[in-house]
Amino acid sequence: QTLLQHSSGQEKVSQPRWEPQPRARLMTALTFSSKCGIVSIQDNRISIWSVGDLGNTGLNGEYHGEPHLLCDIQHNGDVMDMQFLDQERIVVASSTGTVTIFRHHQNNQTLSADHRWAKAHYHVDQDTSCGGAACTGVVCNNPEIVTVGEDGRINLFRADQKDAVRTIDNADSSTLHAVTFLRTTEILTVNSIGQLKIWDLRQQRNEPSQIFSLAGDRVPLHCVDRHPNQQHIVATGGQDGMLSIWDIRQGTMPVSLLNAHEAEMWEVHFHPSDPDHLFTCSEDGSLWHWDTSANVSEKPSFLHQGGRSTAYLSHSTMNQSVVSAWLSNDPTKDRMEITNLIPNQTLSVNSLDVLGPCLVYGTDAEAIYVNRQLFA
Amino acid sequence: EQRETQSHTGNYKGPTPAGSGLQQRGAEQSTGDGAPSSSRVFVVRRDQDIYIHTLRKLFNESHGIFMGLQRSEEELAGKSRKAQLVQVSKNYRSVIRACMEDMHQAAGKFVRSLTVSILSAMELIWNLCEILFVEAATAGPLLLRLLDWVRLHVCDVDSMVREVLSSESPSKHKLFWNVVDVFVLQGRMDEARHLLSKEASANPASMNMYKILDDFMKKMPVPSLGNTQTLTELELKWQHWHEECQRYLQDGTFASNPHMESICKILLGDEDAILEKKELMTTWYHFLVTRLLYSHPTVKPMELRFYAQSSMDLFLGGESSPEPLDMILMAAFEFEMHQVIKECSIVLSNWWFVAHLTDLLDHCKLLQSHNLYFGSNMREFLLLEYASGLFSHHSLWQLGVDYFDHCPEYGRVYLELHIERIPLSTEQKALKVLRICEQRQMHEQVRSICKIMAMKALRNNRLGSALSWSIRAKDAAFATLISDRFLKDYCEKGCFSDLDLIDNLGPSMLLSDRLTFLGKYREFHRLYGEKRFAEAARLLLTLMTAHIAPCSFWMTLLTDALPLLEQKEVIFSAEQTYELMRCLEDLTAGNPDKQKFQDDDVETTKVEMLRLALARNLARVIVKEGTVEGS
Repeated sequence: QTLLQHSSGQEKVSQPRWEPQPRARLMTALTFSSKCGIVSIQDNRISIWSVGDLGNTGLNGEYHGEPHLLCDIQHNGDVMDMQFLDQERIVVASSTGTVTIFRHHQNNQTLSADHRWAKAHYHVDQDTSCGGAACTGVVCNNPEIVTVGEDGRINLFRADQKDAVRTIDNADSSTLHAVTFLRTTEILTVNSIGQLKIWDLRQQRNEPSQIFSLAGDRVPLHCVDRHPNQQHIVATGGQDGMLSIWDIRQGTMPVSLLNAHEAEMWEVHFHPSDPDHLFTCSEDGSLWHWDTSANVSEKPSFLHQGGRSTAYLSHSTMNQSVVSAWLSNDPTKDRMEITNLIPNQTLSVNSLDVLGPCLVYGTDAEAIYVNRQLFA
Repeated sequence: EQRETQSHTGNYKGPTPAGSGLQQRGAEQSTGDGAPSSSRVFVVRRDQDIYIHTLRKLFNESHGIFMGLQRSEEELAGKSRKAQLVQVSKNYRSVIRACMEDMHQAAGKFVRSLTVSILSAMELIWNLCEILFVEAATAGPLLLRLLDWVRLHVCDVDSMVREVLSSESPSKHKLFWNVVDVFVLQGRMDEARHLLSKEASANPASMNMYKILDDFMKKMPVPSLGNTQTLTELELKWQHWHEECQRYLQDGTFASNPHMESICKILLGDEDAILEKKELMTTWYHFLVTRLLYSHPTVKPMELRFYAQSSMDLFLGGESSPEPLDMILMAAFEFEMHQVIKECSIVLSNWWFVAHLTDLLDHCKLLQSHNLYFGSNMREFLLLEYASGLFSHHSLWQLGVDYFDHCPEYGRVYLELHIERIPLSTEQKALKVLRICEQRQMHEQVRSICKIMAMKALRNNRLGSALSWSIRAKDAAFATLISDRFLKDYCEKGCFSDLDLIDNLGPSMLLSDRLTFLGKYREFHRLYGEKRFAEAARLLLTLMTAHIAPCSFWMTLLTDALPLLEQKEVIFSAEQTYELMRCLEDLTAGNPDKQKFQDDDVETTKVEMLRLALARNLARVIVKEGTVEGS
């Protein structure tokens, strides 16, 4: 636990997010680049924190230097979700139903609201004062922004356009909890009756192109993430803390259901560059690291065939072996190492994000934690 | 807007430092719009300090320590248990200190120095309680702990020391002797000797005098933390040292240097000499500790009260009356734990301090004999007060839950009452509240939360969400209500809304009869759409004969049978047709509201059409069945 640094976060932290890095720098994130973490705070402020040099840890892996606040700005309503649009812009989903783009001016360290779609999500009548419905999820693929909400609505915005490009009213009869891009034109949503839906935004039909659902009790799904390289592999987390892995090429039910947390799983994330690692966090106050990389190391002959170095292997070959681990029907047969990264926490871990060797998460104890040595 | 707010702490009674809330608010009021006082709205809050932004770290962090303490193993016996409790106490104090530091750092922006002074008073009291109650230091180590306590909290001298040491020739500095005195008064001998050596080297004439004094200071026996010497040994050594020192003073060795003479007097525990340095000590408890150091180094805990009382009297000298803080410290020196807690409750503007301190003392098994004539015991009473305050905060309420959990007698009731009053602004928040209730088997609250959320969804016309909330609460009545809304919508629009939900009801369909009907009826539509007429017909009939469908819906179902009856091929068997006819007759005959059918042209036509269709179907099926059987 010495790795976990306690920052001076003081309000309820709902959504920490890494600021994206330019590709070239991302490659060297381990050693040189300095970067910022962003944290949103439920008490109506958006803050940008600098956590210093990510790779620059001391000899024993200790990191000296506190994360410090660069700037912050007032926000209307609770922050339900947030995503970086690009290096400088953050899209924030509010409990009032408003979606806002904030710009981080790096030269003078200030934040300003760039654009605002007021009441992008609403109930019944957009004009009534209390008609806003919480926007529960946002996902960006610059310049496109997709939001979902408690009103079951899906909005497609473009950062440069004033009005929504596309709105699917009543896309879902229950609450949409999260959204992510499957491909550039397709999105995935999860809802409160245990369904995973694929929407093709090119089609004008206001209906999902495919519906997957959990068998048995329709346990609400709270989060969704797609494998960064193998787009047919999707992970979702549910109200009962169960992790489901889906293969959207086949069937309508999850390939595997893994018993995980004891309460709502709030977020699930594949490691963006090392997708045999997965991270989940939950209301029960735990944060789990799912590691299937043992499978890869067990097959060294495969990785080093023909005397080629690992670096020479193309990405797809490497991932093929990894993928089998996630999609295996019997997870016990393959080795999956699961570690809880916070043993004694009592309050909910609301959000997490991961980049390179670093993990950041925010809890209901109104604190942000940064773990800089995931794979140590 | 003619509205002014004023916050008020329920427990405010004493003078500073507790007056924070009122004084601040008063200032705000005077800058208000000057509305007549008659139109004021008073916002009464349980616990004013809960809302101080900078203190949130204190509440959050101490929650973790509190939980750790509740989890800690009671089995640990003797020393290791005590060490554990002392560590917990230190952790609490370090959180207070961290908060103070944060405030100092933020001093550039906006600082409520009053809050800082309250925090530092809290830490001072806590530290003393830690020494006397938690650690229960014994004679010998007790004095060392008290010295540490004074050194930690009398920090005004540090700047003075720095100033003197950084000057070119420290011994010429006008504050030089003050600094030496401060070191001596706090028992920091090595530092005092170091400074004196500078004076000696700068002033060779006093070399001899200096050497003697230095020797005394070096040789002064002090209690050790280890068990290397017994108290008697120490007392003997001390007596011997004291007498030697006395002799030199009487010889007039230091007569030529008043500074050194006064130091020598202090070393001998001369009360007047120590009191002369009143300005340097600033507080009576510093005086007490200095006095103990030089005249009663082996003071026993139970003797403290006499020295404390007389020190305070001597120090204040009747010039000023003791302040609340003095009274609290005095009560601690008198080992009146309950008095300490009582005074703190009255004076401090928060419940945090007393709740956590009392809980810690309770874990030290120091409060067991004491029961209140109301509520449960004192620990629980104070924890309940503190947690109730947390619950009024929009974000800190979650901490309160854990505190209630550790109040065995009334915690549950409090939680039940408070949790229902959490505003459920978003579904996520509702889910969090719900999880808390479910974990504690609070079925009544679970039902009420789900019902609130379902009602909200229903009002927003979100039937799907409403249904999933009532399914979660297993609220059959509400599920029926929502199913009826679905059916009504269907009757009005002729098509189903929210198909994604109805098609995927799964086992939850069994929650209420009406929901079952809704699911099955939708299934009928699907079968019909897929042109699986025979199955559709069988299902339709079952819905009526098994009384799954509500009577009010039978007419719609029979109408739905019409196209099936009119199909080219025969779908209903003779037996099924008879059943259908009976259903129709039951409906028209059994309906007490018979007038309705006769008056309503459309209805009459419908019934007649149905009868006709049934009769024709019967004719066809008799022929068909006869043919099949015959062949």
